[in-house]
Amino acid sequence: MRDVAIVAFSQTDHVRSSEEVSEVEMLMPVLHDVLGRTGLRTGDIGFTCSGSCDYLAGRAFSFTMALDGVGAWPPIPESHVEMDGAWALYEAWVKLLTGEADTALVYAYGKSSPGSVRDVLTRQLDPYYLAPLWPDSVALAALQAQALIDSGETDEPALAAIAERSRTAAEGNPHAQLRGPRPQGGYVVRPLRTGDCPPVGDGAAAVVLAAGDRARELCPRPAWIRGMDHRVEPHALGVRDLTDSPSTRLAAERAGVHERPVDTAELHAPFTSQEVVLRKALRLGDSVAVNPSGGALAANPVMAAGLIRVGEAAAAVHRGASGRALAHATSGPCLQQNLVAVLEGEPHAR
Amino acid sequence: MPAKEPVAVVGVGQTKHVAARRDVSIAGLVREAARRALDDAGLGWAGIDAVVIGKAPDFFEGVMMPELYLADALGAVGKPLMRVHTAGSVGGSTALVAAGLVAARVHRTVLTLAFEKQSESNAMWGLSLPVPFQQPLLAGAGGFFAPHVRAYIRRSGAPGTVGCLVAYKDRRNALRNPYAHLHEHDVTLEKVRSSPMLWDPIRYSETCPSSDGACAMVLADRAGAARAPHPPAWVHGGAMRSEPTLFAGKDFVSPQAGKDCAADVYRQAGITDPRREIDAVEMYVPFSWYEPMWLENLGFAAEGEGWKLTESGVTELDGELPVNPSGGVLSTNPIGASGMIRFAEAALQVRGRAGAHQVAGARKALGHAYGGGSQFFSMWLVGAEPPEA
Repeated sequence: MRDVAIVAFSQTDHVRSSEEVSEVEMLMPVLHDVLGRTGLRTGDIGFTCSGSCDYLAGRAFSFTMALDGVGAWPPIPESHVEMDGAWALYEAWVKLLTGEADTALVYAYGKSSPGSVRDVLTRQLDPYYLAPLWPDSVALAALQAQALIDSGETDEPALAAIAERSRTAAEGNPHAQLRGPRPQGGYVVRPLRTGDCPPVGDGAAAVVLAAGDRARELCPRPAWIRGMDHRVEPHALGVRDLTDSPSTRLAAERAGVHERPVDTAELHAPFTSQEVVLRKALRLGDSVAVNPSGGALAANPVMAAGLIRVGEAAAAVHRGASGRALAHATSGPCLQQNLVAVLEGEPHAR
Repeated sequence: MPAKEPVAVVGVGQTKHVAARRDVSIAGLVREAARRALDDAGLGWAGIDAVVIGKAPDFFEGVMMPELYLADALGAVGKPLMRVHTAGSVGGSTALVAAGLVAARVHRTVLTLAFEKQSESNAMWGLSLPVPFQQPLLAGAGGFFAPHVRAYIRRSGAPGTVGCLVAYKDRRNALRNPYAHLHEHDVTLEKVRSSPMLWDPIRYSETCPSSDGACAMVLADRAGAARAPHPPAWVHGGAMRSEPTLFAGKDFVSPQAGKDCAADVYRQAGITDPRREIDAVEMYVPFSWYEPMWLENLGFAAEGEGWKLTESGVTELDGELPVNPSGGVLSTNPIGASGMIRFAEAALQVRGRAGAHQVAGARKALGHAYGGGSQFFSMWLVGAEPPEA
């Protein structure tokens, strides 16, 4: 398999509301920054792929205007997934593996501020049986959290400790929306308290991928993608064991996570209880630094938060803070769909 | 660098496209097309390694990221599932993303599917949500594209009757395609010509319908092709190109992204004279005049000459270069699936499995899709023989 690496990562400062800027205006500085880190220009990029969702913008074809911000002239090979940007990165990775391109630009963005994201996310549920009841994302996550507590896998103090650890870690992340310890607060939906839930916010992120020697030219310490896989589970919560994540486990196995120990894991766990599920599925020991960026509990721009996990893991490799990092992204209610990537700082022996 | 794995289309399935499939859910609709593609490929659900699904905006059905809800219906549980969205070109882009998984040897057998169930909502409404500080699309897609058609007529000097010829041809071709939405048994050229004017110069009979429908394909590697019960179609080239929506230098009549995309596909496939070397074209023609426009954009005719091919009958089913033997988008338009139907119909032609709309002896065929304000393009060229190593 061809060696492909993440060579640059950039993100916005994530904020509760960015009503003064459009999606394109929010994205443009990130695109300029990530390209600036490599010295590449739009015309040098072999393939461009983005992730976003019309339902956040509240209008059809919302991604078309973002493309104008990329500056797609002369015309570029380009694609878009209506998913978190982590899956756009997956599409770009496959493109580079085919040899059809040597570099790729991947970006994602989401503005939750124009509406109520809890309500908006109900629209991704089964449209005939579930969506008409408007069960929101916090209520569904609360079902999962209660199932974990009932099965003895965690308790409320343990969840509070996850929140505390994440937001303390975010003190070192200038882009995070919630930095530093917060009061756990009252119940939003029992057993989840304010502190167990992610902030609602707007943000964007971008990465540059490159293959082989091109990656070495563009980055002193490329974050090589050793494996990447993603899996989906049934949609209906009633047919899933909410205390487990078999799709994460399978994706991790296929991505080669367990071939050698990882030292860092960036997990896309918007709710504290979901970190409990993911740690178990990924068999992460206490020696692994989980979410040193603060994770989704510190900043959760919908559609970009997964790509940010991959970007943060890559950035840890770039600066030498990690030798082998795991990145995870999720989509759908209660961790329905999960992606796992493994990034390494050195060329591995073949 | 190792050569890419050759990609074969070993299964194709469609629903009968109609205005409203009230008898099935969205899940039921996609399942029907997928099941037919699996049957054609001689495979069960367990034979599929990954699923790549595409459709146009989520607002068209009112379901956000429907792939999550459709995971069960598509047999995707425990597998990778991706959702592509590149506006009207999405059906083609989705097939290309799926083909990439096989070409990169990430997966060996991939199910790809695109759908639109327009009766669930209202596509005109879905396209008309107000956007601050941006030019509204106005009166649906026809209002956006009509000025560009007028520009083409002015530039090329084409007689005003050419659009009607295209519509008359495509609607007659659709009568041979059991899956086509519009089966106008009493169609005549005079009826097309006298249909009401909607967006000058586009008449009612020169526009596409709104359809419910799905299209699926099973893509496989060389070993999968060898096991397939029916002849495969081989992917000889595929590409996507995008350009900005609105800018001063944009040529809406013949966008550069379309030209570049076609040139890339021909280069990959070793095509130097598309007019002579390609036997059938499934082209994304939602408004009749886009046939002569795209004939030029795709390199089948010189600039300003596309309408002459249409007028002289070259693009008829029995012409030298049949365009849209299936009846095309003018006869069937489940928007998100329309691009994939073009790709799939091109595959059916070179597999010799197009039934009553088969182009005799078709060995190489082009599938073409575009989207947005003519800024997204995706195309593939398929052949009856495997590509040369």
